[in-house]
Amino acid sequence: MKPAFLLAASAIAVAILATVPLYANGYELSLAITLMNYTVLATAWTLFSGPTRYVSLATVAFFGIGAYTVAVLAERMAWPWILLIALAVGVAVALIVGLSTLRLSGVYFVIFTFGLAELIRQIVTWYEVNVTRTLGRYIFVGIDPADIYWQLLGLAVLVFAAGILIRRSRLGLALRVIGDDETVARHIGINTTIAKVALFALSAAFMTLCGAVMAPRWTYIDPAIAFSPVVSFQVLIMALLGGVHRLYGPLFGVVPLVLLFEFLLARFPNHFSILVGLAFMLIVYAIPQGIVGFVERILRRRGDAA
Amino acid sequence: MSAPMLDVSGLTRRFGGLVAVDDISLSLQPGEIMGLLGPNGSGKSTVLNLISGALRPDRGSVRFNGGDISRAAPHHIARLGVARTFQLVRVLPSLNCRENVLAGVAFGRDALWGQAAEQRADALLARVGLATRAATATTELTYIDQKRLELARALALDPQLLLLDEWLAGLNPTELQEGIALVRSLRGEGMTILLVEHVMDAIRSLCDRCVVMNAGRKIAEGAPDAVLAEAEVIRAYLGDDDA
Repeated sequence: MKPAFLLAASAIAVAILATVPLYANGYELSLAITLMNYTVLATAWTLFSGPTRYVSLATVAFFGIGAYTVAVLAERMAWPWILLIALAVGVAVALIVGLSTLRLSGVYFVIFTFGLAELIRQIVTWYEVNVTRTLGRYIFVGIDPADIYWQLLGLAVLVFAAGILIRRSRLGLALRVIGDDETVARHIGINTTIAKVALFALSAAFMTLCGAVMAPRWTYIDPAIAFSPVVSFQVLIMALLGGVHRLYGPLFGVVPLVLLFEFLLARFPNHFSILVGLAFMLIVYAIPQGIVGFVERILRRRGDAA
Repeated sequence: MSAPMLDVSGLTRRFGGLVAVDDISLSLQPGEIMGLLGPNGSGKSTVLNLISGALRPDRGSVRFNGGDISRAAPHHIARLGVARTFQLVRVLPSLNCRENVLAGVAFGRDALWGQAAEQRADALLARVGLATRAATATTELTYIDQKRLELARALALDPQLLLLDEWLAGLNPTELQEGIALVRSLRGEGMTILLVEHVMDAIRSLCDRCVVMNAGRKIAEGAPDAVLAEAEVIRAYLGDDDA
């Protein structure tokens, strides 16, 4: 009864969201695309980092790989093929990186993932300057903003479906055990390497596709745009603000922060970074459990008092 | 004598210049309870860590049911049927009691999932006396209950060999009697147990044989009473004057 109700409610919500491009004006649609973009990225981030508590700053590495694959292959083949190739490249990089780094933990993993994104940016820059002798690329594909929005909506549905299925599965339990105590995880028979790499790659797959889908919005990209570390930090803070112990948690961070960043960029373009930094600190100090965790705690306290 | 279930031979492990475990050999028959004794820092926990795969030996071998596991990964060893508890109790804080045990049921030997797994987890909680606490957060458990929970999780792997690292330490006299009865009942089910322990009451009433270690080496082996009376064992614990 209850799952069926939730499924129906979700289907209706998705149907309503799908109608947005039919009546939204250019600015509203652009805002909706940004919201959807960060919803996919922050939820994909939470898929891996939520249960395992491995904080990754590699989001933009995969996002950028997706975007760059599109920039290189645009007009050379049909759109679905481009997406498939982007997906393959993203997953391949995630598997290599995962197998070589997931034995790192804590702050070392954070630093490594940050370095990874920078490394890929530098490699792409070097390649473009020295081999192709261009630094920027133009993307001309016949994909309009409404198409981008619908593809992102589809990705969002997929990332949530994947999250729900994993949470109910043995793999989901394994990830939570790993997040709590990796030594115990190994000693109760969990192959922690496979579990972590699988989820890291799945999370990266969604990020890569998201970057590929978003690429046509720019018409022009260069490595500094596609691999901007700000994206990784924003995704991280959105997920943390919403709460990472629930799959839907990041949503509650994405919506307020996208709107806040939009407002700050429009009103205080020169002080944007300072204000975003302040917002980060406030969030981490004031609500370390995220909005969802904060609300749950209040409800529980009410329940205890009653 | 039948073939041993666990056969450790020449086990050696160094940490830098310190030889924590030095040429240790011991073997357990199926259904036997062996105590591993020794003063603090004598290398007992390191031996358990070497058996369970948490550490790899520099030299020597660990054979379980005839197969060499001395270089196997911990999850592999766990799935073969070796379960353990930890010296400092390690429950999973973000999981409730049932989920803690479920984690063992889901990945051990003959792993289960779904309703069958939950039933088995509940049965194990009842077995250790936590039947009413299935939905309780582990942070609300008392120390003894956390230890019970950790044991239930180890039993959830359906092990043939159970490694208990000071599982009876820190309990009050009543809890200790309950704990001893619980371990004894496991032997009744045919489980083989290697326990690291300081509590002499427990050692005397549970163990068939004991191995005593000091500074990484084996200094005595035999029946508990005989071993505890040996001069070298007394010297290791109490110093020369009392030997």
